[in-house]
Amino acid sequence: MQQASDLRGGHPMLDFSSVLAAWPDFLGGLAMTAVLTLLSCTLGTLLGIACAWCRVYGSRVVRLAVASYVEFFRNTPFIVQIFFIYFGLPAIGLRMTSLPAAIVALTINLGAYACEIVRAGIEATPRGQLEAAQCLGLGRWHTFTRVVLPPALSRVWPALTSQLVIIMLATAVCSLVSTAELSYVTNRIAAQTFRQFESYIVVTLLYLSLTIAFRRLLQWLGPRFVFGCAPIGGAR
Amino acid sequence: MISFTTWDVVRNLLLSLPWTLALSFIAFLGGGLVGLLLLVLRLARPRIFERPVAAYVQVFQGTPLLMQLFLVYFGLALAGVETSPMAAAVLCFTFYASAYLTETWRGCVESIPKGQWEASACLALTFTQQLRYVIFPQALRLSVPPTVGLVVQIIKNTSLASVVGFVELTRTGQMIANVTFQPFVVYGLVALFYFALCFPCSMLGSWLEKRMRLQH
Repeated sequence: MQQASDLRGGHPMLDFSSVLAAWPDFLGGLAMTAVLTLLSCTLGTLLGIACAWCRVYGSRVVRLAVASYVEFFRNTPFIVQIFFIYFGLPAIGLRMTSLPAAIVALTINLGAYACEIVRAGIEATPRGQLEAAQCLGLGRWHTFTRVVLPPALSRVWPALTSQLVIIMLATAVCSLVSTAELSYVTNRIAAQTFRQFESYIVVTLLYLSLTIAFRRLLQWLGPRFVFGCAPIGGAR
Repeated sequence: MISFTTWDVVRNLLLSLPWTLALSFIAFLGGGLVGLLLLVLRLARPRIFERPVAAYVQVFQGTPLLMQLFLVYFGLALAGVETSPMAAAVLCFTFYASAYLTETWRGCVESIPKGQWEASACLALTFTQQLRYVIFPQALRLSVPPTVGLVVQIIKNTSLASVVGFVELTRTGQMIANVTFQPFVVYGLVALFYFALCFPCSMLGSWLEKRMRLQH
């Protein structure tokens, strides 16, 4: 207690100058967070779509396998998953550096959640659309990619957006396996400047603005590029 | 040289399980109370608290829990409060859970038809009576499945309390893995423990949801 009040007498209570002076480091961390997010969101969504396809159209064994994957990863914490991948897998000969391990962990985690979300969208497809696609002589691949998937994604886009934002926030956990992203950089800055509270305030605000920007981006992106531009019975 | 058998690992993990459960329970209880308070504030008229509560929810849902934990941990120290990892974790998880719970419950209240509010107002019920006798009993039924889902989320997220030194399941797993040099087995077991906790809850949640959908 004595020590704390001495400290407060010596320094101003909150001092952001030394923390803000490290802005190039923050910027580097921000870039790494962005890379991690973009890569794992793209790969994870693709994995989720593939798994959703398997759960709806796959054989019994495939459906069961995918269901167990989904349930297992949805019911265990991300931190344990990434520890298992980074620290546990080398024991059976699968050695990864921290960045690939982080991307793999995020992708697999998102894949499980995205699978359930996309599946809900696929299952809401009206029967008539499938019959119409059949009448037009579309194969399974074209029926799925041109008829089923775009409306399914547009139906569940709000849910998928929240999930992708959650994955962006989960990249912070990757700092625990020393991926040099925003939180990792912040831990270092906090330790160097002895201004822990100020550092974490700054980074929390950064994350908050990143979340808002990312959500806006996804809302803008979805209707234009993900499910809006698919030429359903159009160009070709 | 003491060697750990798999049974030793399992036993030590089992011993740490009550801490994970206790933290989840306190977080849910504290978060529920604060969340309910925030919900009432948000519904109260005049609507002066609506924006602050919305901002509160936005902050907790829009930042990583890891950073929230660090902020509470170092913030308490800066404020001159003697912090233990336990106090920081409990406080942080209470805030975190309250933000999610209040947002979920708000959705349930909003799905109650407006006529219910108007009818109860016509019967000269006060705001408190409206909530107590008309709105909350109906919203409660709707809120059960998503709340069970949030419980799963809280249990999973208590694993992050390990980074401020709170010794629960994950932290114990980390320590055992460092001693035994068997991270594959230990983290695999930790994951299975969490799965055993969360999977029944998830199943219960989806069962309740399905049952509710059939009723309507």
